[in-house]
Amino acid sequence: MVRVILPPHLRTLAHADSEVALEVEPPVTQRSILDALELRYPMLCGTIRDHVTQNRRPFLRFFACEEDWSHESPDVPVPAAVASGKEPFFIVGAIAGG
Amino acid sequence: MSKVRVLVGTRKGAFILTSDGKRDKWDVSGPHFAGWEMYHLKGSPADPNRIYASQTSGWFGQVIQRSDDGGKTWHQPGTPPGEPVAPGPPKSESNKFAYNASPETGKPLTTHQWYDGTQHPWEFKRVWHLEPSLTDPNTIYAGVEDAALFRSTDGGMNWEELSGLRGHGTGPKWQPGAGGLCLHTIVLDPSNPQRIWIAISAAGAFRTDDGGKTWRPINRGLKSQYIPDPNAEVGHCVHHVAMNPSRPGVLFMQKHWDVMRSDDAGDSWREVSGNLPTDFGFVIDVHAHEPETIYVVPIKSDSEHYVHEGKLRVYRSRTGGNEWEALTKGLPQANCYVNVLRDAMAVDQLDKCGVYFGTSGGQVYASADAGDTWAPIVRDLPAVLSVEVQTLL
Repeated sequence: MVRVILPPHLRTLAHADSEVALEVEPPVTQRSILDALELRYPMLCGTIRDHVTQNRRPFLRFFACEEDWSHESPDVPVPAAVASGKEPFFIVGAIAGG
Repeated sequence: MSKVRVLVGTRKGAFILTSDGKRDKWDVSGPHFAGWEMYHLKGSPADPNRIYASQTSGWFGQVIQRSDDGGKTWHQPGTPPGEPVAPGPPKSESNKFAYNASPETGKPLTTHQWYDGTQHPWEFKRVWHLEPSLTDPNTIYAGVEDAALFRSTDGGMNWEELSGLRGHGTGPKWQPGAGGLCLHTIVLDPSNPQRIWIAISAAGAFRTDDGGKTWRPINRGLKSQYIPDPNAEVGHCVHHVAMNPSRPGVLFMQKHWDVMRSDDAGDSWREVSGNLPTDFGFVIDVHAHEPETIYVVPIKSDSEHYVHEGKLRVYRSRTGGNEWEALTKGLPQANCYVNVLRDAMAVDQLDKCGVYFGTSGGQVYASADAGDTWAPIVRDLPAVLSVEVQTLL
């Protein structure tokens, strides 16, 4: 099971806890994680990736194993620790405020 | 006993204010969708329990919410109310607003003008205004940024662009105002279901007479000194258009500067600013029972977006414009520097007509006597983006 940590507003939309567990077929990539997430929680379609382009929304970032994966290709396999569920995949809102 | 329900969208959530017909004691519920920008909420005239809401965020994009019980519970159209959906393919795309492309080439239908005069592709940002059909609770129109008109006929589950508007030819001349290139006003004609008026900042007003297939600009008579040709066919920053349903051909407009009136369904406009202290502003609305009684809130200028002279004054004309009186009783008359945005005024259908507006300072004011006296319903909400009223008889 892949573990995904959602930011607070998306938890509310999905009626989910902060961490959700998803079955993802290997190879586990950012794209396959997000596909599985949107399949389980269709109300999140369009909130993380643009509906049409499938690009990451500009004020969201992805982290795995303490590294920023936001600018990696969505089809690159994520670290084995994320694919196995040992480490979570983080979806984080970019920091903005004061 | 009649009731009123005031739907308030703010920068940080939605609030629902309810009262009986006396309109002196109010219940406040909210924040709904706490932390999100709620650009607009509006109830269906055909089913008052059906309310649509535009929930938006710079981080997470656009979400459409729907209530089928008068605002008690909400859900995204296509998902069960209040519950996570069962595994499986998405049952709707309620937040998918995809612009049409050219059927011949598959390329974008057109581009619009950017701030610097260059051409720029259309990019969806948010829904500014939701306008439910007058007769069918499942049909609703959405005015979006970048400016386009979408329609759903399945209760908000799926949206289709009425692309004849963007594609009719003047699109490359449209340019964003300070608030973005937004389609913010949708007026439906109760006497002719084929006729719709819309307005865009900064393009102007447009009308269809065939249910949205074809459109044409209706800006004759508008003069805007801030564009190269002050009398241009398009490019005017129209802020809001209002109409009394009993007189569908008579329209009132608050333009960037100038309050305007049309007696021929928008074919031509004339200025009715008259004795207003300033004719810059955003809101305009029409009395529910007196179609020549109109309301505006003058704002100091386009560079100082707050009320004139530090006084919050609604101006009322009982003559369809030109002659205006300041309504001040119950409103702050010193040290007030709030703005009232374009969708933040509404009227109810009761007798006497109630008038409501919300401010950038988070106050929602109500008048139960057509503007003669005012009192705040709430004082300390987040900045108000929109106010709509449902009269529940």
